[in-house]
Amino acid sequence: MEQSPILSLRNVAISYKTRQRDIQAVRDVSFDIIRGENLGLVGESGCGKSTVAFSIVNFLGRNGKITHGDIFFKGEQLLNRSEKELRQLRGADISMVYQEPMSALNPSMRIQDQLAESLITHRGLPKNQAFAESIATLKKVYMPDPEAVMLRYPHQLSGGQQQRVLIAMAMLNNPSLLIMDEPTTALDVTVEAAVLDLIAELQERYQTATLYISHNLGVVARVSHKVAVMYAGEIVELADTRTIYRNPIHPYTMGLMRCLPDVDAPKGTRILQPIKGRVPSPANLPQGCIFYPRCTFAISDCESKHPDLVEVSKGHQARCLRSLEWKDVKMAWEMEEIEKQPCPGRTILDDKTILNVKQVKVYYPVPFKTVGGFIGLEKRRFVHAVDNVSFMIQHGRTLGIVGESGCGKSTLAKAIVGLEPLSGGKIDFLGLDISQPINRRTKATIKEIQMVFQDPNGVLNPSYSVGDQIAFSLRRFKTVPANQVRIEVERLLQAVKLDASYYSRLPRQLSGGEKQRIGIARAISTNPAMVVCDEPVSALDVSVQAAVLNLLLEIQNSSNTTMILISHDLSSVRFFADDVAVMYLGRVVEIGSCESIYQPPNHPYTIALLAAVPRPDPDLVTSQIRLSGNVPSAVNPPSGCRFNTRCPFKIGDICEKEEPPQRDMGNGHLIFCHYSPEDLSNLKV
Amino acid sequence: MEIDNLGITNQIQPPISSGPLRVFKNLWKSLKDAMDLLSASATAMIGLVIVITWVVIAIFAPIFTTYSPTQQDYLQINKGPSSEHILGTDYLGRDVWARIAYGARTILSLGPISVAVAFLLGVLLGLPAGYYQGWVDEFVMRILDSIMAFPTILLYMIIISAVGASSFNVVIAIAIGGAPGIARLVRALTMDIRTREYVAAAKLRGDSDFIIMLREILPNCRGPLIVDLLLRIGYAAFYIGTLGFLGLGLPPPTPDWGGMVQEGHSRMMVNIWPVLSATLAIVSLVVGLNMFADGLREETMRYQ
Repeated sequence: MEQSPILSLRNVAISYKTRQRDIQAVRDVSFDIIRGENLGLVGESGCGKSTVAFSIVNFLGRNGKITHGDIFFKGEQLLNRSEKELRQLRGADISMVYQEPMSALNPSMRIQDQLAESLITHRGLPKNQAFAESIATLKKVYMPDPEAVMLRYPHQLSGGQQQRVLIAMAMLNNPSLLIMDEPTTALDVTVEAAVLDLIAELQERYQTATLYISHNLGVVARVSHKVAVMYAGEIVELADTRTIYRNPIHPYTMGLMRCLPDVDAPKGTRILQPIKGRVPSPANLPQGCIFYPRCTFAISDCESKHPDLVEVSKGHQARCLRSLEWKDVKMAWEMEEIEKQPCPGRTILDDKTILNVKQVKVYYPVPFKTVGGFIGLEKRRFVHAVDNVSFMIQHGRTLGIVGESGCGKSTLAKAIVGLEPLSGGKIDFLGLDISQPINRRTKATIKEIQMVFQDPNGVLNPSYSVGDQIAFSLRRFKTVPANQVRIEVERLLQAVKLDASYYSRLPRQLSGGEKQRIGIARAISTNPAMVVCDEPVSALDVSVQAAVLNLLLEIQNSSNTTMILISHDLSSVRFFADDVAVMYLGRVVEIGSCESIYQPPNHPYTIALLAAVPRPDPDLVTSQIRLSGNVPSAVNPPSGCRFNTRCPFKIGDICEKEEPPQRDMGNGHLIFCHYSPEDLSNLKV
Repeated sequence: MEIDNLGITNQIQPPISSGPLRVFKNLWKSLKDAMDLLSASATAMIGLVIVITWVVIAIFAPIFTTYSPTQQDYLQINKGPSSEHILGTDYLGRDVWARIAYGARTILSLGPISVAVAFLLGVLLGLPAGYYQGWVDEFVMRILDSIMAFPTILLYMIIISAVGASSFNVVIAIAIGGAPGIARLVRALTMDIRTREYVAAAKLRGDSDFIIMLREILPNCRGPLIVDLLLRIGYAAFYIGTLGFLGLGLPPPTPDWGGMVQEGHSRMMVNIWPVLSATLAIVSLVVGLNMFADGLREETMRYQ
């Protein structure tokens, strides 16, 4: 049965006015969403996904304009409506959920007032009725204890709860169309999994047409029925989800899938296939096919001919000159044309322990809130950021540290490199005691442990050129004679696959991935024995992530560097780590080699983390184990097993009262749990 | 097919010219960038034109007038504008235009100098306060608070009447009055910048706190600082004028706009020109500097 679409875009083009000229950000975008359907819009950042979403509700800002095409909502033209009509529509029939829950909620208003507001203005309900309906909607999104939540302010809710409130707010007036702009990107994987479950369920139950924007193919595979892949302002492929994942036709779609690390593929079995280059700026689009400069399958025609979006098979459209060639080839991206590149072998691994962390504690004092505290009447309280953590790393191996945010991963990293003083315990490095913070370490030890940071925008000092910043550390440690600094910097730039012309560039002229490379070049400039990488790729686009992970792997293989990789992404840890430590609330709950962590038996927390990983495969049935709530405060960690408040397999009182014993599962695989090794193997996943 | 497994295409870069030519080109380029930025804001451009006009008048004062600012002519006392004296003469028969032009020299040298001294003091106090925090911060901030507790003009009067009126002392007074504001700004910026990862990276190469503050933090404060300093030069010009009017400025017969208002205001009914010209001069310079700073701030903010 053909349904008339709820939302229909026809050849929409959007341009932004800039100081120089108008720039076409989006061109020729057409799609339909029918009732009950979820259309996923994916692509790297800067591809115009959000611009499309904003155009529907006419939120383009003062300098944005729809220059061409039509937008129909329930058969009615949306363009050229007055602001008043649009406002009526936006609140009542079209709702939007944004990326940052914290900034989408008004911090100075109670949840009840924010929820009721739209009911009162759009439907004219009296206040108490609006409140009652708000509570009912909060129940719909499975908010625990909705009456209490109504009275709270946004900062009193966790990120997941805030996102639930926003979804509830969007559902309040039973909209016909829901636009979700990366609703889970700012959330932890475990929370993300629960929110995605919720979105899928609401979708099923209320049959709302949804436009779901995401850069994460795994997330889209989970919630969407159809997927539109956007590249540089154009839709390059559009099909139902299964077809997109099973039989992608456009090289860009293939590229996006190829560059994802696979949570099921162990280290050393493959290297990632990043998409070369980067998304062109809309002001500077290539002639012919817009993807041509980055395409591995390009033929000579691609340079001059701009392909149209053609129907390859029923409901499957692609914008590629060669689309018909691949029409019937399953998984064209695994064709011979790309030789599967095996991971380069590693040099000798010895069993020498390079880092030995013994019962390390890092506590932060909580500032006193009362006058009594200052004069000693109040007992000092501490944030137990890292509490009794012990592990060893062998020379040349990578230890991955995983866990939700707030588990003390980054604090542990900072303690190891010396940026955070220890409150207890001991760290041995190459047989030397390095328990002191960095200002008491010798230059020789400082040189041996370096760090790669998370935020590409904060990693480089905006005031100095790239070359100068690498040279600072070369001069400081006198790695090379003063007259050879420039040559050495150029060699390092080469090592991170950037050419020598980057020497004089300023950080603001670089892309995120390039900045991260410079950060890596700076870290390896001292020729360190160990590099600590704190979420090195989490702020980057998938295609760039792949390149940076490959680079780290290559550096490790060529110079036998020991590495610590801190990440919340279990797939990239699988790709890069030999050993994994799972942290929860300042404690290590499970540690072992990668092979043992990524298959049962596991600690219940690890099981939940693994179940939450979004996988780019629409057919995969993943485990339904979900964690509720969020990581408790580290000021007053739960007694006994710290995970007991959220554990899906909690035994009973023993979990609350006694510290869990260490269970040795063999091969150095340790699990800290009250379950016996046999029971752990039998846990139903 | 050859694929670079790191996804990087080697882009062809134009060869970089080296040596002094490159330095010159870079300088020219950054100057051009700055002008592009400014030309986008009408406010900033108007402000800049006013300020540059006064700077040119100050530098080339002997070309703009043939009179000396201190040369008295008892035959021409309190005259209105004429072809000989375009703005007339004052109560001692000195050429008003000459005094305005040479007075621009005074105000345009003392203003920036005093702000520069205030800047040094402010950075010296603000950087460590923001970087170390804790008791260093408490100590420095309480000193600054006690300075800020005085109304500015009262503070200047106290200092000048204690040490006497001279251009050196005016500079000292304005520097002490301005330092707390600059220190607070530098401290706030430092507290933000010290948490950036490039500062952590500097610690990881074992750089000393001193180097980190000067090399990693201070250069990155420059955006807001430059705007603040420009505004302060405007205020300094204003306060130098005020001090001159209160008789605490530069000792006569130095040409000083504030002093001119002071000398002329009792004879305003006879000849309004000395007072009017000096007032307009002060107002236009202060407004020009403020417009320049405001426009600059708006334009730099727009790209953040």
